[in-house]
Amino acid sequence: MIVVEDLKKRFGAVQALHGISFTAADGRITGLLGHNGAGKSTTLRILSTVIKTDAGRALVDGNDCAIQSLDVRRSLGVLPHASGLYPHFTGRENIEYYARLHGLDRRQVAEATEDLIARLALGEVADRRAKGYSQGERLKVSLARALIHRPRTVILDEPTNGLDVNAVRMLRELIRELRTSGCCVLFSSHVMQEVAALCDDIVIIAHGRVVVSGTPEQILSATGTMDLEEAFVRAADGSIA
Amino acid sequence: MSAIRTVFVKEVLENLRDRRVIFSALVFGVLLAPVIFALTTTLASKRMVRDLDQPLALPVVGVMNAPNLVRFLKENGVDVIAARYTESEAMEAVRSGQRDFVLIVPQTYGQKLQGGGSAPLDFIVDTANSRTATAASRAQRLLHAYGQQLATLRLLVRGVSPEVLQPVDVRTLDIATPAGRSLLILGMMTYFCFMSMLMGGFYLAIDTTAGERERGSLEPLLSLPVPREALILGKILATAAYMSVSLLLTLIAFSIVLLFVPLESLGMSANFGPRIVLSIFAVMVTFVPVGAGLMTVVASFTRSSREAQTWLSFVMMIPMAPILVAVINNTRPSAALMAIPALSQHLLATGLMRGDPIAPLHVAMSFAATLLLGGVLIWIATRLYRRDAILG
Repeated sequence: MIVVEDLKKRFGAVQALHGISFTAADGRITGLLGHNGAGKSTTLRILSTVIKTDAGRALVDGNDCAIQSLDVRRSLGVLPHASGLYPHFTGRENIEYYARLHGLDRRQVAEATEDLIARLALGEVADRRAKGYSQGERLKVSLARALIHRPRTVILDEPTNGLDVNAVRMLRELIRELRTSGCCVLFSSHVMQEVAALCDDIVIIAHGRVVVSGTPEQILSATGTMDLEEAFVRAADGSIA
Repeated sequence: MSAIRTVFVKEVLENLRDRRVIFSALVFGVLLAPVIFALTTTLASKRMVRDLDQPLALPVVGVMNAPNLVRFLKENGVDVIAARYTESEAMEAVRSGQRDFVLIVPQTYGQKLQGGGSAPLDFIVDTANSRTATAASRAQRLLHAYGQQLATLRLLVRGVSPEVLQPVDVRTLDIATPAGRSLLILGMMTYFCFMSMLMGGFYLAIDTTAGERERGSLEPLLSLPVPREALILGKILATAAYMSVSLLLTLIAFSIVLLFVPLESLGMSANFGPRIVLSIFAVMVTFVPVGAGLMTVVASFTRSSREAQTWLSFVMMIPMAPILVAVINNTRPSAALMAIPALSQHLLATGLMRGDPIAPLHVAMSFAATLLLGGVLIWIATRLYRRDAILG
């Protein structure tokens, strides 16, 4: 469960967020939709506690991101926009490193890693060094790394960028699986089709503000269009308020 | 605590697989520095030995004008070469390097000598040429000695004590110990040790901030339930470990190389047994937190690995500046100087190599000041790691 209330953030001369509010419920997939530079990544970074908000607050499973940041990070699985691996480590070692930093003991580390390698069909790829990975392989290992502690809440920042069709399918299946198991999934994208194909709820943001949010049907009726694509373009360009 | 250990182990293991890291940690310190050191000292000692052992070759113009002088020179091991030059030709020969120096005996020499006057001798030499300086001064000393011998004879003939000519008798008592004379060379050695220590942690310091950010692995790392202090401390510890190993290996390499360098023929000796090596390591390793902290702090400000490398190459020179000044000025240790990190390690290390007694106060001052600065720098590094801007 994610609750975001009136987040504001300024970077130097740029006001990135003008007061963002939305909620993302457990057992549902919420899409954060907006053009590049709309404030998606900034919002997600505040939620993953890597940066601090100037005003307002963000709650993950009831914990305040600014105050109980360690508790938030414990219940959160994060796949940031830039999700680099350690090139001299194998995929397995990359995953195990995160498992240890989550405080899992030796046996749990081995079990959880083995489990995710099987679930993501990484196979022998896991024992190659990350240096030579393809985009898809890199994504799988990053995902395994983010999910190693079975998080209740999962945040994915533009996860489908630069992926081929197979990898995107795999990712969608995984996200649906997470929903079935009761997770709260929040993911950002600037591609409408992407969000339409997957999300139960959509939050459209533009210029650091939430323009419209709700289920796809609610968004269609709010924008007065029959087509989500058209709804997004109108909403993101600020032609509705 | 366990997070610090996890990060430390990961950084040590991962960097062991990075050829670039191993290259900079080992190749400079363990191979390059001792080899450069051995080459320069061996060349220097070879030249010195050659200058002393070789018979002095002295081209003389007008050999027949001074048969006694020539006999004296030959008796003293001089290889007298009869030459035919005019004065200007002789000068040209020396200037062009064809001859190291030339002695001209003018025709008036015998005549003046017999008349009891001062007989002229022209010694043509290029004092700006350091290669020939030793041989030239040997020739001059011999000529002077011959003159003294003649003077003594003349005085004796006149019934005067030769001591009249020596109103003051200057006796030089050289108290330089052989190890003391090698100060410059030993200074070079501590410099190399510092360099290889810093080189050992160079890439790790960059990797912990700029490198991790550039790879995009920093943001997921920061979203783990681990305090940022633990992450940066683990990384600094790994940097420090590489620096320490690099330093120790360099010292061992030096102690091996010194077995083969003919320091004694340079009139030098250096104490470099296992006990001294360990003592020097103990003294110098206190600088590791300063180096690791400083490099991490500077790398935190940079936007890319490349920029970090440029900055760090400059930063690596800062601790070296006091050492260079100390070597040039032949600075002696004092309690106040022990408050300066890098300089204090240099003074203590050279003291150990020279076999000087080491004052406990100096050691305490050096340890306290250096570790304090190291602590402050590491604290600054952890503060920098807490900023939003660390993500770039």
